[in-house]
Amino acid sequence: MRIILKNKSDVPIYEQIEEQIREQILTGIIAEDEQLPSIRQLARDLKISVITTTRVYNDLSEEGFIISAAGKGYFAAPRNNELLRERMLCEMEEGLEKAVTSGRNAGLTDDGIVEALKKIMKGEG
Amino acid sequence: MDNILELQGVCKSYKDFALKNVSFSLPRGYIMGFIGQNGSGKTTTVRSILNMADIDSGTISVFGLDSVSDSRAIKERTGVVFDSLCFAEHLNIKEIESQLKGFYKGWDSEEFSRRVGSFGLPLKKKVGSFSKGMKMKLMAAAALSHKAELLILDEPTSGLDPVARDELLDILSEYIQDENRGVLFSTHITADVERIADYVTVMRNGSVWFTGTKDDLLEKYIIIKGGEEDVTDDIRKSSIGFHMYKNGFDALVDTEHLPKLPRSVGYEKASLDEILIYIAKEDKHE
Repeated sequence: MRIILKNKSDVPIYEQIEEQIREQILTGIIAEDEQLPSIRQLARDLKISVITTTRVYNDLSEEGFIISAAGKGYFAAPRNNELLRERMLCEMEEGLEKAVTSGRNAGLTDDGIVEALKKIMKGEG
Repeated sequence: MDNILELQGVCKSYKDFALKNVSFSLPRGYIMGFIGQNGSGKTTTVRSILNMADIDSGTISVFGLDSVSDSRAIKERTGVVFDSLCFAEHLNIKEIESQLKGFYKGWDSEEFSRRVGSFGLPLKKKVGSFSKGMKMKLMAAAALSHKAELLILDEPTSGLDPVARDELLDILSEYIQDENRGVLFSTHITADVERIADYVTVMRNGSVWFTGTKDDLLEKYIIIKGGEEDVTDDIRKSSIGFHMYKNGFDALVDTEHLPKLPRSVGYEKASLDEILIYIAKEDKHE
């Protein structure tokens, strides 16, 4: 697991950490059932507040990314393909929405935008 | 929740300054940043907790013990780091240790040697000749070598370079790995507590202006900015440290006022530093 915090970012620290852990679980960098550092250890490693890391683990537990085992700590949840797929789809839609907006702002027709997308998919982008 | 430190209605008057009804509590397992301008009452509060100042009224309990009647037992279990050395300057570390050994029942010589070694402090040099950073490290080494459950730091980082300040944060992060401990970190350098503090208490003119989690404080207040034409009576009334200049204004406001603001007014998050600055501006206007 690797976490890189940007202090000057507008994104709150807990969101930065959540985002990075989610991504690493989804991409398998953090393996299924892998144990995560304890709340206090993570706070120490990143030199941040224990309340912040507690919030991160609570949020990720609620979302189903990690599981807390009483007395043992936190573990990456078994790969749940449904969860993974939903997230990926969501991310794709967000990206497409942004692309369409930019394309229209640039004065492209809808056909032009689709054309550009096809090019990228063929690897000509 | 089990509070390691709890102040209730603490008052203390001096000729030209008074602590007014100071109340806050620190749960076990957390770090509290104790911030405010110079002269806002941080040091008087710390001295009261350590029974170095007699309080006029109110109660202070540390580990559930009374700060006055159980003062000796509290000192045994509390580590302190001040902004200036609290040891005799003409002694060296060896000599200071033999004094501390007599004072603290829980003194751990091995732990002390290990800390002094890891901080790279010379054993035979007079501590009066130490640099500011070395003095802070010596106090920290002593504070951490008698199994203290509560660490109280009063402006330990003033006059320290960024590297030494960062090292202190490392020490605190390590210390709080044990969730039965607590840290009260008084400072006017808010950057030091902005990241690691779980709770924050902000002092203003001898009173507690805010106490709670750091996240709650940072979510509660925002900085608003706008042009001259945006200023309404409501903004003037609700803002803290309202500042008007040639082309616009800025101020700190409670986020509850956000819905009432004109759309043209912009806003952004406030840092602990900025919050203190706006409070100070407000005080100047009064």
